[in-house]
Amino acid sequence: MLNSKVPQGPLAEKWTNHKNSIRLVNPANKRSIDVIVVGTGLAGSSAAASLAEMGYNVKAFCFQDSPRRAHSIAAQGGINAAKNYQNDGDSTYRLFYDTVKGGDYRSREANVYRLAEVSANIIDQCVAQGVPFARDYGGLLDNRSFGGVQVSRTFYAKGQTGQQLLLGACSALSRQISKGKVKLYNRHEMMDVVVVDGKCRGIIARNLVTGEVERHGAHAVILASGGYGNVFFLSTNAMGSNVSAAWKAHKKGAHFANPSFTQIHPTCIPVSGSHQSKLTLMSESLRNDGRIWVPRKKEDAQAVREGKLRPVDIREEDRDYYLERRYPAFGNLVPRDVASRAAKERCDAGFGVNETGEAVFLDYASAIERYGKTEANIRGLENPSASEIKALGTEVVKAKYGNLFDMYKQITADNPYETPMKIYPAVHYTMGGLWVDYNLMTAVPGLYAAGEANFSDHGANRLGASALMQGLADGYFVLPYTVGDYLADDIRTGPISTDHPAFEAAEKEVTERIQHFLNNPGDTPVDDFHRKLGRIMWNNCGMARNADGLKQAIADIRALREEFWKKVRVPGTATQYNPELDKAGRVADFLELGELMCVDALAREESCGGHFREEHQTAEGEALRNDADFTFVSAWEYTGDPSEAKLEKEELVYENIELKQRSYK
Amino acid sequence: MNLTLKVWRQNGPEDKGRMETYPVSDISEHMSFLEMMDVLNDQLVRDGKDPIAFDHDCREGICGMCSMFINGEAHGPGRGVTTCQLHMRSFKDGDTIYIEPWRAQAFPVIKDLVVDRSAFDRVIQAGGYVSVNTSGNTIDANTIPIPKADADEAFNAATCIGCGACVATCKNASAMLFVSAKVSQLALLPQGQPERELRVKRMVEQMDKEGFGNCTNTGACEVECPKGISLTNIARMNRDYLTASLKGE
Amino acid sequence: MSNKGLFPSSLSKKYAMAATGLFLCLFLVGHLLGNLQLFQSGEAGRDAFNEYALFMTTFPLVKVLSYATYFGILLHVVDGILLVRANRAARPVRYVKENGAANAGWSSRNMAVLGTVVLAFIAAHMQNFWYVMHFGEVSTYAIDGVEVKDLHGVVMEFFGPANGMALGAVLFYVIAQVAIGFHLWHGFASAFQSFGLRSEKYTPWIEGAGKAFSVVVPAAFASIPVYLYIIQLS
Repeated sequence: MLNSKVPQGPLAEKWTNHKNSIRLVNPANKRSIDVIVVGTGLAGSSAAASLAEMGYNVKAFCFQDSPRRAHSIAAQGGINAAKNYQNDGDSTYRLFYDTVKGGDYRSREANVYRLAEVSANIIDQCVAQGVPFARDYGGLLDNRSFGGVQVSRTFYAKGQTGQQLLLGACSALSRQISKGKVKLYNRHEMMDVVVVDGKCRGIIARNLVTGEVERHGAHAVILASGGYGNVFFLSTNAMGSNVSAAWKAHKKGAHFANPSFTQIHPTCIPVSGSHQSKLTLMSESLRNDGRIWVPRKKEDAQAVREGKLRPVDIREEDRDYYLERRYPAFGNLVPRDVASRAAKERCDAGFGVNETGEAVFLDYASAIERYGKTEANIRGLENPSASEIKALGTEVVKAKYGNLFDMYKQITADNPYETPMKIYPAVHYTMGGLWVDYNLMTAVPGLYAAGEANFSDHGANRLGASALMQGLADGYFVLPYTVGDYLADDIRTGPISTDHPAFEAAEKEVTERIQHFLNNPGDTPVDDFHRKLGRIMWNNCGMARNADGLKQAIADIRALREEFWKKVRVPGTATQYNPELDKAGRVADFLELGELMCVDALAREESCGGHFREEHQTAEGEALRNDADFTFVSAWEYTGDPSEAKLEKEELVYENIELKQRSYK
Repeated sequence: MNLTLKVWRQNGPEDKGRMETYPVSDISEHMSFLEMMDVLNDQLVRDGKDPIAFDHDCREGICGMCSMFINGEAHGPGRGVTTCQLHMRSFKDGDTIYIEPWRAQAFPVIKDLVVDRSAFDRVIQAGGYVSVNTSGNTIDANTIPIPKADADEAFNAATCIGCGACVATCKNASAMLFVSAKVSQLALLPQGQPERELRVKRMVEQMDKEGFGNCTNTGACEVECPKGISLTNIARMNRDYLTASLKGE
Repeated sequence: MSNKGLFPSSLSKKYAMAATGLFLCLFLVGHLLGNLQLFQSGEAGRDAFNEYALFMTTFPLVKVLSYATYFGILLHVVDGILLVRANRAARPVRYVKENGAANAGWSSRNMAVLGTVVLAFIAAHMQNFWYVMHFGEVSTYAIDGVEVKDLHGVVMEFFGPANGMALGAVLFYVIAQVAIGFHLWHGFASAFQSFGLRSEKYTPWIEGAGKAFSVVVPAAFASIPVYLYIIQLS
């Protein structure tokens, strides 16, 4: 049984008590301790900056050319914080409750409460760093609402909140780099973690420019390497986002928790063709004001698909605002998993609205009208004409969502101010990840995981604007304390030598794998395998899953993996910049992870959050949880073959929240 | 559509480099420019040739990684877009397209179309931050109201994605737009005031050290900037630097 | 790029460029006002211009100003050369395909070329008149008992039938003014930007003034040789 090390005591006091009781490292000793941080997104940058500021010697690694390009940059909508600036009844407890409920009761209470508790501090910190959040005319911070909640607690910077927060965290990182406390290794990929005498003592990294394989020793290693949505090939993740760091940790003893918990985001730009390399998200904030619908009549949907009928010509009574119909209490703001499944249900039933039949409308016409009327009132216009109202409303919408609308137009060549946008769900985020205890330490002592790379806070479904919150909470406010507790034992250890046989063995393995790729007499590009894997995953381990499909998928993935190792062709050499080689390594790991995801999905005989097993649904087609048998975290231990992974369970104990069937009706 | 690509190939920093010609066929107008490059690379790998190295990551115009000089313009003919957001509908069947890396002394070529932009990071490290500790024990976020106009302008400056199109497009390879965007963002906010003068001096000094050119105020950077960063930021930096220099240490 | 020596940073080079540029704009205005006297016909015009020339070569404050102008030109040129060298060094490998017209005005992209033409013109112009006035043989006569050099005569002769190359000279002067015009078209407003003087409200005015200046002043200058040439044709 895994020990989550959740401190005793009442929920609201756990973190404070824990902070007061954990051990500290004095400033002089910190100077002789090295910490490695892999990944420079919100969690990685903030952790590296904070630890360096405390006095540790930090080495930060990112595969991008600059830490600022980590994929946190692409988060659009916002960051939650229980500030209750809007006086709408928000509180730490309510943020905690919403997050646990939104996660369909599959997250760890104590972690989520701590997240809610530190959330307010994140906003203070970011503002102090010069993050330009949106403000109202009084000069104070503005908020908006997001899916799955009934308060406005989301802070934002237009549709570029992730960018602004990451630049803030990177500025803190830059400050420490300039002081020499952080050494940055950009264009470096982590190839393996090194475990010496049961403790994580460093990593093997590869300089992507020169191809050199390097050993880096440290007293502790933090993986903040993001999620693994790219196992689906098509996702909203960046092209380089990968699972390799987490997977290597898994193979060295870290448990992989809830790998099948994948978030399918309901509002993405639909796939347009087989050439597609990635999918683009349209921020969830658009669901604040936009209304989602499909035609009520199948013949209308057919006509729209064939381009014979314009959506704006479909009469109001012939439209099916299916989210408002099915979930009157939350309407268009139901959580992501619910919204995604509802879209799939309509499209599967034949109401899809693009050529592929896999798209629904996201309509701003009524928002434009509503804002236009308000604006006309503000300006004192009497009896404004419909076109005046539209012009005024368009202006308001432009100010709020302009960059998103521009992006949509750029990609689709449609003007969303004039015609409803077309959207469809796409893989966006992975709630699963490395299993960590309350201190964010994996099952390998000294190896930590933060941000999307760990599993801890979002259960089976993440609420919008919570990923940024978690990344920064882990990096700024959790790890700096908990890592110190572990390192207190290491003040006499001295520098970690990289001559240990464990380093040698790890490096050898890395080098051999690279040589295998380069010498393999194959003929098929890496992307071919990645695309095939993605199709298997999307069809069988996507928005809806069933036992037969998952079993088939496992068999298919195993066959594909075998073929990959035989037939993959990697051009170029190991001593120069070689993106195909980097990709090959990542896809090799995805080919193992994909199998584990299916194994996990198969084992979890219930529907919860993003994990929807067709065998387990209510008569109305809603997810049916099985709390009696599955209120646990599935933490998988590597045994040499993904299908043979050993399942360890962490029972989830709910002392402060009553488990209920989620209802947004 | 069918196209002829003339692409800069350079096998490493030491290689001299040259343009090479590649025909591509059956390109859909819905493809992004990078997806078109994917098609070409796929073909090159299958033919046992060396695929073209280019930088890219998020493919939605925010990470700032992609960087191609297309037909004589940074990020190609589109306005307000990065290379990854440029779609093939901007081109015609039969077009010849020139693709080159960003060219600047401060951005050495790593391979083909990939350049090293760490110079930008070093400029930020020289002072593009507020020296506040990450303890979280600062003042409440709403303690200092910031006029919406200032906050919005700071945000507009802060939307810079650090792609380097300004440098690439400037006839002098000047980094003024990039540097001034960060200087401006912090100069517009109360949190940036204590270090305002020191910051601009240090960042300009680092900018010069990296070997970027001077600003001739042609305005090309503003036109080509995928995020529409304004020349007003350069003016603000000029002003701040002048003030800081006149005051002395 | 090294910033040791004359200028501490790339921005100070730009301030110097802007300051000298704007100062030289002022010089242009003064020079033009004086030269407009050439439009005055007859003896009165000749006397007025020659008295003005005497004043300009002898009055102490004007002397100071003229040295300031030489210095301004010199600094503008030296600074310009430093800038161009640094800018060339900033892009050692040129693009194979460039499309500068897509994003910037022609004059802004060719300031150095235009400046070189202007510099060549200044040299020729000073050789034509300043050198002759100071070191050449110029006939003198007395106005109210004061001996003056007949610079007016030199000018008339230079653009008149006595000079076999007069038409070429006129053409050269007009072309030089076109170059100055283009140089100012960008330079005038650019100087304000270099000093950071930019605002949504005033910048359109500065740009408008710059464009007006860059058309009116060179046009007025260019009209002088044309006028002098034409009136002496008959």
